[in-house]
Amino acid sequence: MSEQKVHEWIGKKVATDDVVLFMKGTRQFPQCGFSSQVVQIMEYLGLEYSEVNVLDDLGIRDGIKSFTNWPTIPQLYVKGEFVGGCDIIREMFQDGELQELLTSKDISHNKQTQTA
Amino acid sequence: MPMDENEILKLIKKKLPDADVSIRDLAGDGDHYSATVVSEAFRGKTRVQQHQLVYEALEGNMGGALHALALQTSAPES
Repeated sequence: MSEQKVHEWIGKKVATDDVVLFMKGTRQFPQCGFSSQVVQIMEYLGLEYSEVNVLDDLGIRDGIKSFTNWPTIPQLYVKGEFVGGCDIIREMFQDGELQELLTSKDISHNKQTQTA
Repeated sequence: MPMDENEILKLIKKKLPDADVSIRDLAGDGDHYSATVVSEAFRGKTRVQQHQLVYEALEGNMGGALHALALQTSAPES
């Protein structure tokens, strides 16, 4: 797929699904510690989310980085907006900011705040 | 080719001269670091924008030569 086609695919994906996690591996078998950390936070929050295993398609693996001008994986999107990578998601989770964002976007999740 | 701490520090300081930077080598392999960066340039910016500034400073090394950089960014206490 050309980069433009990849960007179109990504744009449609993040516009369609409320919560999208671009990661290495799957939620059952994350293949990178950072992806695994974000999966744990998603599971802890009881979030429904769709996952994209970037290892399945090198075009997406590179295209997602130019799509957001963000050089690493994982990447989390909520209602089409890029929220962050592992560090930012963990920081926001620990501060309760991630939960606030989800509430403000009407996305159901477990309400407690807990350090991961 | 992994990066060494001084290279990372030099690149960040080149883009953010006022930055207070502390770097920790997490794995001893030149590939996995954590860094705390405090700079006035971050004031009023979102976390994503702050981290993007640091990634720009690293001139394309992030995600390539540098596999992992756990970042903590903030503006100085005002």
